[in-house]
Amino acid sequence: MTHWMDWRALPRAGVVAAALLILVPPFLPGWILFVLTKAMFMFIAVMGVSVLLRGGLLTFGHALYYATGAYAVGFCIKWLGVRELLFLIPLGALAGFIMAALVGIVMARYREVFFAMLNLAFSMMLFGALLKLYWITGGTDGLAIGTATLAGIALPGDSYGYYYFALTMVGIVTLVVYRFMASPAGYFLRAMYDNEIRIEYSGVAVRQVVYRTYLLAGTLGGVAGVLAAFTIGHIVPEDAFWIQSGEFVFVALLGVFGGVPGPMLGALVFEFLQTYASKYFPLAWQMMMGIIMLLIILFQPGGLWAIYQRIEARITGKDRGGDHH
Amino acid sequence: MNLLTIIVFDAINYAATLFLLSVGLTVVFGVMRILNVSHGGIYALGAYMGTWLALLVLEVDLPPVLTYAMLLLGALIVGFLLGPIIERLLLRRIYGSDMHIQLLLTFSILLILDDSMKLIWGMEPLFISEPYSMLGRFKVGGIIYPWYDFVLVGVSVVFGGALVWMVRATRFGKLVIAVIHDREVSRAIGINVNLVFTVAFTVGALAAALGGAFVAPKIAVVPQFALEVVVLAFAVIAIGGMGSIEGAAIGAVIVSFARALAIHLAPELELMVVYLIMILVLVIRPEGLFGEAELRRI
Amino acid sequence: MVAADDLNIDVENGELVGIVGANGSGKTTFLNLITGYLKPESGRILVMGQDTTDLAPRELAKRGVARSFQIPQLYTNMTVLEGVLLSLAATAGESSNFWRPLHRDPWEPEAWEILNRFGLESYANRPVSELPEGGRKLLDIALSFALKPTLLVMDEPTSGVSIEDKFQVMDTLIAVLREGDITTIFVEHDMDVVQRYGKRVLVFDTGRVVADGEPESVLAQPEVRRAVLGHE
Repeated sequence: MTHWMDWRALPRAGVVAAALLILVPPFLPGWILFVLTKAMFMFIAVMGVSVLLRGGLLTFGHALYYATGAYAVGFCIKWLGVRELLFLIPLGALAGFIMAALVGIVMARYREVFFAMLNLAFSMMLFGALLKLYWITGGTDGLAIGTATLAGIALPGDSYGYYYFALTMVGIVTLVVYRFMASPAGYFLRAMYDNEIRIEYSGVAVRQVVYRTYLLAGTLGGVAGVLAAFTIGHIVPEDAFWIQSGEFVFVALLGVFGGVPGPMLGALVFEFLQTYASKYFPLAWQMMMGIIMLLIILFQPGGLWAIYQRIEARITGKDRGGDHH
Repeated sequence: MNLLTIIVFDAINYAATLFLLSVGLTVVFGVMRILNVSHGGIYALGAYMGTWLALLVLEVDLPPVLTYAMLLLGALIVGFLLGPIIERLLLRRIYGSDMHIQLLLTFSILLILDDSMKLIWGMEPLFISEPYSMLGRFKVGGIIYPWYDFVLVGVSVVFGGALVWMVRATRFGKLVIAVIHDREVSRAIGINVNLVFTVAFTVGALAAALGGAFVAPKIAVVPQFALEVVVLAFAVIAIGGMGSIEGAAIGAVIVSFARALAIHLAPELELMVVYLIMILVLVIRPEGLFGEAELRRI
Repeated sequence: MVAADDLNIDVENGELVGIVGANGSGKTTFLNLITGYLKPESGRILVMGQDTTDLAPRELAKRGVARSFQIPQLYTNMTVLEGVLLSLAATAGESSNFWRPLHRDPWEPEAWEILNRFGLESYANRPVSELPEGGRKLLDIALSFALKPTLLVMDEPTSGVSIEDKFQVMDTLIAVLREGDITTIFVEHDMDVVQRYGKRVLVFDTGRVVADGEPESVLAQPEVRRAVLGHE
């Protein structure tokens, strides 16, 4: 399977998506707004997983950073009583960044199976710590988060205001990831998937390439965790659990590995799927994810984005060459 | 002195469990170069099937001795059924693919297996104590130990020995080693590589299911322990060296001693200590204690 | 076994030196040693007067030693142009720049100019996977050339290239290297290639240089013919 992202496809699909996400929500009922807001932070976390995947790096432990961001918020509220988004978003980003800077020292040496599983091990360590250090973390009960403020004005997690704030963060993340992927650092990341030997013989350390990308992914995870904490209003150790990491990977796979519109489509589809599945098949939700993943891997390696492109090609009557598998 | 005895006995018992839990994973990785994340699912399914069958025996008032046979039967059913099905229908299609595709595929199988168990057996824990209690207990230095634990140690030694013998001394073992060294050449000289893969994966699945079934009487079988099992098993085989049966044994011993020490001396660290050792070993020796470093080719 | 023993080779700036020798005579080992891929069991390695014994390929690359490979090492999922751009970005020390685009001035025109010299401009925006074998060899060297090395080491630049294309590839290469005034050492199996392009040839046998000089006179020596060509 080829890793590719048709960045030239961004403008049109991106403009349409942005327009829909900005204009439509005021006309939607509250529960859909809630699902959309969840899709926003899901998207941000998944961008981290997707970016790593561009270098052929799969992580089963990205919930580590998501939980780091979420608990950074939790502790801030618990000890400082601060609920200000303008402070907490940078804080969550910083927490994710620092965690990635530490864990990344180990991780930058590994690829493939080891990278995937070591990430999982680190996230399970955090899960264990969150569970056991209950006098700090609240244990299985977790921590209550309450309502955020934006520049001092209350912004409930299910409000339109909060949705637009999350959407703004999505815009910023999209810009950052887009520029990263078009930059030398982003290209070296993709080059890593192709040929590490050539990179080293170009005078560039592959470990640095991994480390930098890992920092970006961790930071995005932290931001996503902050947004999630206020949307859901409650944080629990399960935020660091493998199922959470598995869901990130699932969405990344749904929305084709790289790129921006793909994961957004994946995140939206995922949140709606989950909303219905948890209502009608609460015991079979993982099974559904598993089956969908299996089908994508075996029959549609491009994910939903490839399906979209095929439909678009049929409508506009030209092949954009997006089907590279 | 007393504490030391306890720690040593605990460690030996737990090492047997860990070995049974991880040896299948290392066999599959060694032969096929695929980390089978669904291993934990097969393990859990073996535990469920064995326990469920054993409970059936008790329900219809058959002699409790038969529970041992039922545990074995449950493991055999799961191993012989799931092994070939997963390998033939799913894995075979992604042998040439990237590592992350292979990981994702086995991960999706795990998700499916995990929920299947919830749908079949519900969310309530399943528990059978007869095979455990029937064997009685003995005393060491004032501490009471169940014999079952030592049967388990015996089972894992015999099982591990049989696997090593199979690889080292049989014709099939030679074929396996040939396939490990060079798939293409093996194919060219007429070895049925596909068959070797099917058998290797089935052996791995069988090992997982056996481990699950025989460890089950010691624990309560609950939903969602499948993935923790894989992470633990991965830690064990990564420490010992991926793909090495002896490595899995050494890894199991190291991990279980560390865990026993942690439980008795610093209980908060129980969960962490396994991963800490793994990280430590991998930082110092990325190929694991018994693994072979893979040479990069230019 | 000693694959390289007491080697001391002086190469003039801008010189083009060919290395020949039978299989196992230590040619590739020598290349691997001077590019940092292998470490000597004993002794030191000095490249351009600097002790490079403990340096990794990456650090040698930064000091101006670039190499090409027997089997081309390419970014297979990128376009031909992007590969060259990455070499230029690495040379400019901007491999960690994550904000400004890769496709920009002055790299873009420079990359085109390099592809032009190597005769690859018609492939610039096509995926590397579409290149023919000769093109792959040329791109492999172009990626190293774009690092602006002072010493370029080539491992069998024409192996795997069809006989018809061989001289075309070499003609292109020699022209580019002369123009860039790059000191070049290349290992070659093909005597015709060495004879036609090398101004100077070194003959390796069991890790030693057994002959050194102009190709015509060196390759005429009977002991060299025995060492290099074996039974012939």
